[in-house]
Amino acid sequence: MRDRYSAWNLLQASRRGHLDWAPAWRDAEPKPRYDIVVIGGGGHGLATAYYLAREHGIRDVAVVERSWIGGGNSGRNTTVVRSNYFYPASAGLYDFALQRYETLSDELDFNLMFSQRGVLTLAHSRHDLDIQSRWANAMRFNGVDGEQIDAEAVRALEPRLNFSAGARFPILGGIVQKRGGTIRHDAVVWAYARAASALGIDIVQNCEVTGFLRHGGAICGVRTTRGNIRAERVAAVVAGHSSLLANMAGFRLPVTSYGLQAMVTEPVKPVLNTVTLSPAVGAYWSQSDKGEVVIGGGLDAFPSYAQRGSFATTQQVVASTLALLPSLGRLRLLRQWAGIVDVVHDSSPIIGASPVPGLYLNCGWGTGGLKAVPVGGWTLAHVLATGRDHPLAEPFGLDRFRTGRLIDEAAASGIAH
Amino acid sequence: MMLIDCPHCGARQENEFRYGGVSPLVRPPLDCEDEAWARYLFFRENPSGGTMERWCHDFGCGEWFVVRRDTATHRFQADVDEAACGADGTAA
Repeated sequence: MRDRYSAWNLLQASRRGHLDWAPAWRDAEPKPRYDIVVIGGGGHGLATAYYLAREHGIRDVAVVERSWIGGGNSGRNTTVVRSNYFYPASAGLYDFALQRYETLSDELDFNLMFSQRGVLTLAHSRHDLDIQSRWANAMRFNGVDGEQIDAEAVRALEPRLNFSAGARFPILGGIVQKRGGTIRHDAVVWAYARAASALGIDIVQNCEVTGFLRHGGAICGVRTTRGNIRAERVAAVVAGHSSLLANMAGFRLPVTSYGLQAMVTEPVKPVLNTVTLSPAVGAYWSQSDKGEVVIGGGLDAFPSYAQRGSFATTQQVVASTLALLPSLGRLRLLRQWAGIVDVVHDSSPIIGASPVPGLYLNCGWGTGGLKAVPVGGWTLAHVLATGRDHPLAEPFGLDRFRTGRLIDEAAASGIAH
Repeated sequence: MMLIDCPHCGARQENEFRYGGVSPLVRPPLDCEDEAWARYLFFRENPSGGTMERWCHDFGCGEWFVVRRDTATHRFQADVDEAACGADGTAA
């Protein structure tokens, strides 16, 4: 069976009707015990398993997934990658992930279609321009590329934006991170799954965690719909459903779950060059390689576990799209969907030990989990393997809510989660 | 568009309303431990299912009211007795 992806193998396989490709990963049966069980087969969970095996030599690991891998938020996001944050701690985290993404296709032998087409954030008022100057300066102090550009430069980048005299949202300038862009989200999941499976990790699908096994006060495994699985350490990597696992384990999280929605139009020829965001209207746009215009919105206005999204938000996002990109007005929407995101008060993630011994957390990425998959996996694998927080993840412990050392990106960089 | 029953105005569209957090939240004494203060400020049950919430009819009569709402189905059940709920919004 053929398992390496290369031009040569593609040519060879085409002579046999592509019938001899090996499955990308093993669909494993759960064993009764592992060193480590990772709950959640999305990008972060699979990356955690991969880095446990590759960086720490721990291969007796299972990733248990309630449905199919990548069927949750990993398959529902809008594919954006960027590291344009304000505080050094956040920039360190997200730029580490962006740098990993730059070489990940080669490392994992999988075309992730990473396209560093630039992420452009629009300014619609003098106050937006002021805050963007501060933001661009912070990015550069953090060693991240950020450039403030004027309206003419914005127009050169995205000529279809509404520059007319009567525009509802006049465009006065913007800030661009050229290393930002898009990545194929499904490919990220499949590539990590394939690489982890090749290193001996068990990927167990259709296996829902229904409770925890305990020894004394510590967690020593999980109850699942496919039987009990014992483990020395358990990691919960389930994004918007983190509170449900925490409640099972007997503690609470500073997390509220909201629907976050996105939609795509019918495919058209290239009309957008970058990922463009307008924080003022709470929407952003890019175009997939297939030609669909991908439209993302802000959070729905109330907590929810229903993966469909509120129509009031859909309407507002579409109206904003027409205000800023009027030439898209005749395109039809093909699909609209929502994922459930784990929103934390300071819009920063939680990585590290939970209050219950034996259980570790990776959650709180809010609306921006995909861009952080490599660093979420890397830092969680580090604490699972060594018992110590990775230096990049130290500021992101659960304890910051007690000490007050919040990393408030919602206020600082205006990130909408 | 989802319709929400305002106790004063009757059924109105969801975007006339604002979600105002879980209810009731009981503020601990100001000289409490940091742990208790953090629990009050940040830590929530965040259940999938029934929860007690405050909502405000912002773009209508402006009334604040308490509802029991299901976060998985979005079903509202208005006119709830707040006294019957747990101290941090846990549905009774």
